[in-house]
Amino acid sequence: MGFALQLFFTGIGIGAIYALVALGFVLIYRATNVVNFAQGDFAMLGAFAMILLAVDLNWPYWLSIIITLAGLIVFGALFNLGVYYPLRHRSFLPVIISTIGASILLENGVLFAYGPAPQSLPGMFETQGFNIGGVFFDSQYLLILVVTVVMVALQYLFFERTLIGKKLQATSQDKEMASLLGIPVAMMIMLTFIYSATLGGLAGILVGPILFVSVGMGSSIALKAFAASIIGGFGDVTGAVVGGLALGVIETFGAAYISVPYKDGFAFLVLFVFLLIRPQGFFGERVAEKA
Amino acid sequence: MTSGSLITPGASGVISKAMLARGLYVVAALVSVGVANFAPFSAYSLNILMQASTYAIAVLGLTIVLGYTGQINLAQAAFFSLGAYSVALGTTEFGLVFFPALAIGIILACVAGAALGLTSLRLGGHYLAMVTISFQTMLSLVLINWVSLTHGPDGVLNILRPTLLAGYFTDSGHYLALCTAVLYLVGYLVWRLRRTKLGRAMQAVRDNELAAGVVGVDTYRTKVVAFTLSALLGGLGGGLFAGGFRYISPDQFTFSESVVFLTMSLLGGVRSPMGAGLGTGLLILLPEWLRFLKNIYLAVYGGAVILIMVFMPDGIWGFVTALWRRLFPIAPITTGEIAPLPLTQQVARADGSVILTVSQLSKHFGGLKAVDNVDLAIARNTVHALIGPNGSGKTTLLNVMSGLYAPTSGRIELDGRDVTRLAPHQRAGCGLGRTFQNIRLFGAMNVLDNVMVGAERPHNPAGHDASGLERQALAALEFVGLAARAHETVASLSYGHQRLLEIARALAGSPKLLLLDEPGAGLNHAEKEQLVWLLNRLKGHGLTICVIDHDMNIVEQVADRITVLNFGRRIAEGTPLEVLRNPTVVAAYLGEVRLATP
Repeated sequence: MGFALQLFFTGIGIGAIYALVALGFVLIYRATNVVNFAQGDFAMLGAFAMILLAVDLNWPYWLSIIITLAGLIVFGALFNLGVYYPLRHRSFLPVIISTIGASILLENGVLFAYGPAPQSLPGMFETQGFNIGGVFFDSQYLLILVVTVVMVALQYLFFERTLIGKKLQATSQDKEMASLLGIPVAMMIMLTFIYSATLGGLAGILVGPILFVSVGMGSSIALKAFAASIIGGFGDVTGAVVGGLALGVIETFGAAYISVPYKDGFAFLVLFVFLLIRPQGFFGERVAEKA
Repeated sequence: MTSGSLITPGASGVISKAMLARGLYVVAALVSVGVANFAPFSAYSLNILMQASTYAIAVLGLTIVLGYTGQINLAQAAFFSLGAYSVALGTTEFGLVFFPALAIGIILACVAGAALGLTSLRLGGHYLAMVTISFQTMLSLVLINWVSLTHGPDGVLNILRPTLLAGYFTDSGHYLALCTAVLYLVGYLVWRLRRTKLGRAMQAVRDNELAAGVVGVDTYRTKVVAFTLSALLGGLGGGLFAGGFRYISPDQFTFSESVVFLTMSLLGGVRSPMGAGLGTGLLILLPEWLRFLKNIYLAVYGGAVILIMVFMPDGIWGFVTALWRRLFPIAPITTGEIAPLPLTQQVARADGSVILTVSQLSKHFGGLKAVDNVDLAIARNTVHALIGPNGSGKTTLLNVMSGLYAPTSGRIELDGRDVTRLAPHQRAGCGLGRTFQNIRLFGAMNVLDNVMVGAERPHNPAGHDASGLERQALAALEFVGLAARAHETVASLSYGHQRLLEIARALAGSPKLLLLDEPGAGLNHAEKEQLVWLLNRLKGHGLTICVIDHDMNIVEQVADRITVLNFGRRIAEGTPLEVLRNPTVVAAYLGEVRLATP
């Protein structure tokens, strides 16, 4: 029982990371109707920025986090301008391929700088964690959970209670109507990319100390986050969070009880099953394909 | 297949361009195969050429699925690995000779492709991207971890080549010649595919899936076939690859390799087999040329992908052909004698019998009753107009009639047959044609091919053979006055001509009933007069038409009967005179007014 609880805790922690990246996917998808295949690389960049600042340059951890997030804000804007904006009037296919290109560029750029050997990032806290009733609560996992809850809550407040959040929602629902109402659509999409990049970077900062920081970490997280958002119901914010958490737990239990080498396969197996039985996911696809 | 057609190029040459191209292709193939067979290549060059020729076969699969059909496949390396591992394990572990092992690999790839396609092609594009990535990732995991079967990360050594002809192909040069010959053959077939019924159906799906279905293309089946063919070529390429290198390992077939295949096809030009060859050759040679960039090469390459998408969306070959077209525009064609369009296949009988019956039809969107309990009967050989203020449910009714929306309740009968549950392409097969309010043509296909898709609807009484259908398509173009522009691109037509082309596309399918959704929208005065003339000619030929339009001028001039809708309900029906004097109709259009007595 203690072992199962331990697995559950670990699974939720990893799932929270998938949820954060999945949120970024969903927001960009809602704003632009395309899937950003470089979403996971935002997390990879976040983690490597921490390696550079907190490890290599030995700057204070909190300062490194702030600078990393600020860097990703700028990066999100550049990404929007370079990868999405020139293709905004085209079908989803060229955009998807362009984001795949961006992913290759980023991963190999970092590979060039850091080489293939995985780096390790220390955790934010000195204490490893504490033990309650045979379950070890790792401090980094707890931090991930707290940050995820806070981010989801903030995002909810932002989208539902602020004018700019409402404008973002309007943009994602009907770009033409939004622009007729005087909402600067291009700016809203830019903001979406910035926010998604920051969210991805945050996921990278949080997950870095748990996993090894490597060039490929982003795509593997992103694939699972994407799977999570489909399982939850593509385009749905709650779905992304629930799907991410569910996937983290399934994966952890699968690795413990079924097979370690096939750990990365469970997410896709679950995805397959969902696509066959319930393609609209837990919560139903909110954004239909716009004809 | 333009051979034996009625079309002769404007500048009358003795040899047609198609024949010239075919001749050049055969010469190029013979030369390449000859060189591969006899030239004393170094082992290094042989490796590069072997990789290029086998990769190109797999990339041609992407030409079919992505270029022709517009569906993404991010698992081509996985299908490639199925072919490669079948040959590798078949010849080393299971005692098979090369070709049976290759056949097994191709079958495996096809089965996997069909299974993936059947499950995911009903869903949208991003699902397909995700499903193919999932498949790719899982297959890679299996190749690495199922060590007892696949030898795991160590890979498979000493793969055998064909033993045919006393081991002739065991020599690397001769084997390369074999691969080259297969490549040229596959390239030719893919090239020809574009001008076949299946190829046109694929392109129609790519350009406008909705219209393709309404015109008579089974879109789902077409996509599954395209995906399976793509997997087939992946398996074929992979099998030949394994024989070529005689050693394979799982890291040659990862997701990033699938991305490489994708990039090759996009860089060269995804819509043409020439592009597949160009892109593959370039991306295999590029790393050799860019050795000085070695470590940063892949990053440069990722950047190149973005730049290609932004600046050369149709790839190198697309860029070149576009340039060529700008220098040498397509001349109008002269056609031979075109037989008149056999419109009145079902002998005209204006006997008042009904061809389409709509009974108590409703379509609700949540609480909105867009169509509410509507009855409609369209008599044979009449023009029936459907009018009503904006938002009265006219187009929704038409969409339910043509099968784009499933009705909430009610029944539709076409020529005595219940079609309520049929898909759009099945209704087209029953003889229902339609056009759209916002023109939906197949933008990247030429004028004639657009109409050919219409002519190729299932059960077209005009016939099944290609030349007969081409005559039918040309006759339909001639009927609307566009025959001379048959070879031009859709984009070069004016808005009014595009509307006519859409009507021609529907006519080519010999419809029993033609549904026209606001054919006059956006036309100028002269074009509207032309439209009225066209509709009256169609009526004269005995075609049954149901037309929606706002322009009462048009409606009055063509309609025999008018049905008026308002808020999804039928509020009046009768002859134009009766209907336009009906106070309820006047009120619906102009608001409640007290009719002044003169």
